[in-house]
Amino acid sequence: MPKVTFPHMGESWRAFKMLLNDLGNEVIVPEKPNKRTLDFGVRYSPEFACLPLKILMGSYMEACLNGAEIIVTSGGSGPCRAGLYGQVHKKILNAVGQDIDVIVFESPRAHPIDFLRNIKKLNPGRLSYLSVYDCVTRSWEKLKYLDRVEKLTHSLRPIELEKGNTSKIYQKVIKWLDDAHSLEEIKRAGKAALEELLLIPRDLGRNVVKIGIVGEIFVLLEPSCNLDVEETLGHLGVEVHRSIFLTDWTRDNSNRTTQETLTALEAAKPYLPTPIGGHGQETVGHTVLYANKGYDGVIQLAPFTCIPEIVAKTVLNGVSKIHNIPVLTFFLDEQTGKAGMVTRLEAFVDLVNRKRTNDNYDLKLGMAT
Amino acid sequence: MAYLGIDVGSVSTNLVVLGKNREIYAALYIRTQGKPLEAILSGLNEIYALIPDELEILGVGTTGSGRYLAGVMVGADVIKNEITAHAVAASLYVPDVQTIVEIGGQDSKIIIMRNAVVTDFAMNSVCAAGTGSFLDQQASRLGIPISEFGKIALSSTTPVRVAGRCTVFAESDMIHKQQMGHKLSDIVNGLCEALVRNYLNNVGKGKEILPPVVFQGGVAANAGIKAAFEKELDLPVIIPEYYNVMGAIGAAQLAREETDKTGLTGFKGFKITGLQYRTTSFDCSGCPNNCEIVEIYEEKKVIGRWGARCQKWDII
Repeated sequence: MPKVTFPHMGESWRAFKMLLNDLGNEVIVPEKPNKRTLDFGVRYSPEFACLPLKILMGSYMEACLNGAEIIVTSGGSGPCRAGLYGQVHKKILNAVGQDIDVIVFESPRAHPIDFLRNIKKLNPGRLSYLSVYDCVTRSWEKLKYLDRVEKLTHSLRPIELEKGNTSKIYQKVIKWLDDAHSLEEIKRAGKAALEELLLIPRDLGRNVVKIGIVGEIFVLLEPSCNLDVEETLGHLGVEVHRSIFLTDWTRDNSNRTTQETLTALEAAKPYLPTPIGGHGQETVGHTVLYANKGYDGVIQLAPFTCIPEIVAKTVLNGVSKIHNIPVLTFFLDEQTGKAGMVTRLEAFVDLVNRKRTNDNYDLKLGMAT
Repeated sequence: MAYLGIDVGSVSTNLVVLGKNREIYAALYIRTQGKPLEAILSGLNEIYALIPDELEILGVGTTGSGRYLAGVMVGADVIKNEITAHAVAASLYVPDVQTIVEIGGQDSKIIIMRNAVVTDFAMNSVCAAGTGSFLDQQASRLGIPISEFGKIALSSTTPVRVAGRCTVFAESDMIHKQQMGHKLSDIVNGLCEALVRNYLNNVGKGKEILPPVVFQGGVAANAGIKAAFEKELDLPVIIPEYYNVMGAIGAAQLAREETDKTGLTGFKGFKITGLQYRTTSFDCSGCPNNCEIVEIYEEKKVIGRWGARCQKWDII
């Protein structure tokens, strides 16, 4: 059986593990990115590359040491260098003596034949297309529940009575999903997980601010890359809404673009009419949408040196003023010290709290004088 | 009746006892020197000697990068970030302040206020160019006391252009200018202007700087930097009397607001300076992160833990 690994993005590995396993591969589950991952990543990557390249580099290296032979990853569309990362990783890993192959899934809409060929490579059990379809359906269901459960934690964390309860229960219930295999089981486990989370004692009267999170997909989806910003904000009494979930992104790139993304791109148009790669346009668009929906603030997460996000950040200056919504940007790199981020987050939450209580206050006031 | 504010920063630890009518009973500025614990204890001792015996402390607040440490030691009523603390302090003295420039030892920040509310802020992110530590270092390299730095800058007649983008470039640029034979005062002044340029381009980028502008933090003592700000902004820059302890003043004021609401304080009293505090650390081997956990002990009891990336060690 071929030994297969893939990128670690939040909790999504639970679904991918099941899929690749069912297709007859031995899965080397990627480790949650940690200090060692970062050490490997920094050692084997070009210095100027962004954090996602380095983290993935380290992750793959760890998987190689655990015996992985094939890496499955996704490609990219538009002018962002992340689209090349699959090949870059392969070249580097081969150069340092790791005999490894990389299978890159591009958008099936744009490259259908390529897509089927890749599936074939990962189907050593020679399952029929119908069985493959069944496997994909089940793992897709699991992925959807993983996203739904995570979304629920975002709204529970700021109102939990006992700090840390949500995170604890969350860790418990996603294991249920992990153990579920048939479609029936997955649905049952998913529902049970949601119900269990809703049993957490809550303080419904609490004043909760709402903050939207925008930015580059990888640092958004992998908490160990963003210093657990969502959990930290939750504990500061903030309900976070993340603009990207893996299921939405997959839909955007497979069947048809989701309504949400279409609206975001539409909303970005007056400020950033052309695709600039990565999630630059989405970052701008979602910020506008969050403002329209009455969110109190937006946090942008970007890997250091990420061009699309740098462009978006500059555009956001104006968007923030015009739509009267505070925006805070974090550039993420190798730094693992959290103190600086916590200080800025606390101050930002203070700011949006005071802005909210001060009705007559208007960001645009400053411009008029 | 008064409130105690403690600001534990990278370079200095500041303590202030603030009265109900904004009067300052005592203010202390001591060097942290990498030992926040000792600095807090000796600061408490010193300030206790400075205030009247019968003065009652109604509340205590902490801020700065060591705010959690200080908070658990003294039993703080409020533990707040530096940005909020500085904003609160500046509006105590200049109620209609619209821009706050704060430059400390390791960080520099800009706080934009409108109608007495913080509407925007920025801190230096990946670069420490233009902070107090760099000025300290350059002053000692040039062989001039940091206290004279500003005066020397002001005596310059023809400022020399020094690169301000990065401290390493700034330093090599200054050495070059020295070798060329430029006057010391001109180079020092050039450095002040470079730092201000860097600050406005980096920290102050995209911010609308409106008067009144308040300049605080340790670097505000430097008349050369103040002059460079006034020249570059074409606005008068106000330096409050207690410019170097504004964070502590803000913390004290926040403690007042908090205890006005709750009616009681958690302050353990100045007697804690007689207790034994010590910190220990160990590596947690629960996962590959190998977090280095720091524990603080009061006598034999653990009163706080830091450094974990999960909640495993949160419960004391």
